[in-house]
Amino acid sequence: MAELTKKERMQIPRQPMPEQAPNSRNKNFTEVNLGFTEELAKLEAERCLQCPKPKCIEGCPVGVQIKDFIKLVADGDYLAAASKIKENNVLPAVCGRVCPQEEQCEAKCVTGLKGESVAIGRLERFVADYERTTTGIRQAEIKTKTGKKVAIIGSGPAGLSCAGELVQLGHTVTVFEALHDIGGVLIYGIPEFRLPKEIVKAEVDALEALGVEFKTNSVIGFTDTIDELMTVEGYDAVFIGVGAGLPYFMNLPGENYNGVYSANEFLTRVNLMKAYKFPEYDTPVFDVKGKNVAVFGGGNTAMDAVRTSKRLGAANARIIYRRSEVEMPARIEEVHHAKEEGIEFVMLTNPLEFLGDEAGWLHGVKLKRWSLANLMLLEEEDPLRYPVQSMLCQSTWQLLQLVTAQIQSLKRQHPISTSINGVISRLKKPQ
Amino acid sequence: MFKIVSAEFLAPEVKRFEIEAPKIAAKRKAGQFVIVRISAHGERIPLTIADSSVERGTITIIVQGIGKTTREINEHKTGDFFMDVVGPLGLPSHIENFGTAVSIGGGVGTAIAFPTAKALKEAGNHTISIIGGKSKEYVILEKELREICDEVYPTTDDGSYGYHGFVTGKLKDIIESGTKVDFVLAIGPIPMMKAVAEVTRPYGIKTVVSLNPVMVDGTGMCGGCRAVVGGQTVFVCVDGPEFDAHEVDFTLLMKRNNTYRSEEKSALDKHVCNIDKQFAEAINN
Repeated sequence: MAELTKKERMQIPRQPMPEQAPNSRNKNFTEVNLGFTEELAKLEAERCLQCPKPKCIEGCPVGVQIKDFIKLVADGDYLAAASKIKENNVLPAVCGRVCPQEEQCEAKCVTGLKGESVAIGRLERFVADYERTTTGIRQAEIKTKTGKKVAIIGSGPAGLSCAGELVQLGHTVTVFEALHDIGGVLIYGIPEFRLPKEIVKAEVDALEALGVEFKTNSVIGFTDTIDELMTVEGYDAVFIGVGAGLPYFMNLPGENYNGVYSANEFLTRVNLMKAYKFPEYDTPVFDVKGKNVAVFGGGNTAMDAVRTSKRLGAANARIIYRRSEVEMPARIEEVHHAKEEGIEFVMLTNPLEFLGDEAGWLHGVKLKRWSLANLMLLEEEDPLRYPVQSMLCQSTWQLLQLVTAQIQSLKRQHPISTSINGVISRLKKPQ
Repeated sequence: MFKIVSAEFLAPEVKRFEIEAPKIAAKRKAGQFVIVRISAHGERIPLTIADSSVERGTITIIVQGIGKTTREINEHKTGDFFMDVVGPLGLPSHIENFGTAVSIGGGVGTAIAFPTAKALKEAGNHTISIIGGKSKEYVILEKELREICDEVYPTTDDGSYGYHGFVTGKLKDIIESGTKVDFVLAIGPIPMMKAVAEVTRPYGIKTVVSLNPVMVDGTGMCGGCRAVVGGQTVFVCVDGPEFDAHEVDFTLLMKRNNTYRSEEKSALDKHVCNIDKQFAEAINN
């Protein structure tokens, strides 16, 4: 087949992701996206212009050789493509599913200037899935052992990536996890329908096969301290990747009524503890069947919580967000999927007070409407908005989740500092 | 996996386990807790560490079988294993030489109060223990407490042993008899802790309670265990579990602990049903 011209490549439309139909998937927890077929993957890969100076790589936090792996996909050499990705990213099946590509690699893709950018995330996912389901995840090469020991605190995406990189460089790596299972937010936060837990497990197993040691039930700061790791246990370096995901309540009246959850609690119960399978699993979650659910926030966590509520049988599942849709920080795909699944979006609205009954159960919420303001004129705490009216929800809303800005409050949990030589902390920026 | 070195019933449905957990044993202080999970389908259950032995590398927990999971925990025997034990979690008890310290345990709360009573004694306090139970068989750890406390008073609701009445009655007697009480620790059912707080409030006696809300991760990540103390929302797992009894909103705590009552009941009914079935099958065979 003759090489395609640039013009021909530009004429291929971005290939849609095959997915479960909205009306059936909003009743189950199996993955929404089904993944590209080989044909779709090849066609999508042909859209890549193979830029001499590719911008996409600049947008990738770990510097995946995007152009090269896509070329290998176009050539049909999927296993080589997988190896190419894994030179820089040890979690391709996870990242292909949950990275915010539209803000990273795909945002920089030149085809996106005139049309739609190349679906880099979908291709990454395809390549990772292809390898896993055909040959199984193949082991990367490990450099000569350095004799250095590294402790990694937290087994979320940061910790796992760091572990993979360091073990390949020849270091001895131990990952400490506070919970009983490995994966951090990938297993307690992100729902099964967006990131199946067996995918996480496969990538964790691959790291274990490379020699990474995992220790669950280890709350660093309590079970061990960083000082002890470095002095008593002989670690040469410590990487702190504990995330920033502590719930931050809004200090509103009534937020301790039964039925008001942090997204972390709601999602942990459903995902990590598998409350959606109660009583087969022992941990329950508030029964939302036939009830109204309001989720405050507009990020990925909010989308996960609201779509989970819908799947658990909520009659109405709503996103209530203080600004407008364009300001929502969630991945575009999540917002799109949520809408298809029947999630209602209420914009420019904030909760003022939660209302409950004598027995302590939530039954409503008082809201305030806002309007977008002229940025130049107002200097308030949130200069984007100003109030227009207060309103009381007429319907009975039995369950709410608070999904608010995540804060860095390591201090609250661990008396740790990073002024120790060899200790690196990786904290998310507050959103 | 965490091996159970010894397991024995102390009272009906109340079982003591000594578990191999050397790291936790070396670290834990009075007032801290662990979270236990017994199977891949299991819940995470917070349990106060009652005692530990650094030499043996073990911790002791005392469990009251109330719901499905706690009853399943109590079906474990010496030599069995718990799948997950994590800790020590929470803040240690604040210990100092107050003068005269009264430690009050109601039912299985005695197990939770035990380590703090021990630490109070070691800090030089004149230590008095009041241990309450429905009836004689529910009064636990009397022998152990007598070894570490200056005075021990069992009380029973039905008068079958010790003082006839509630722990609050005995506490009042002690205060009114002229003993200068400087510190009270009360651990047990919420109504008991609330009642103790009301007994000591007029006397201005510093009183501490250990709260037992519903918890999931136990590390401050989910906020499920929140309570209100002094008008402020706290996370019991990382800000507690011990708080000033005169500042705790016990009514809210009680309401929040009802969140999963119907789920807990259905799970327990099913569990009891299964045990009955197994029992019937065993008899038929």
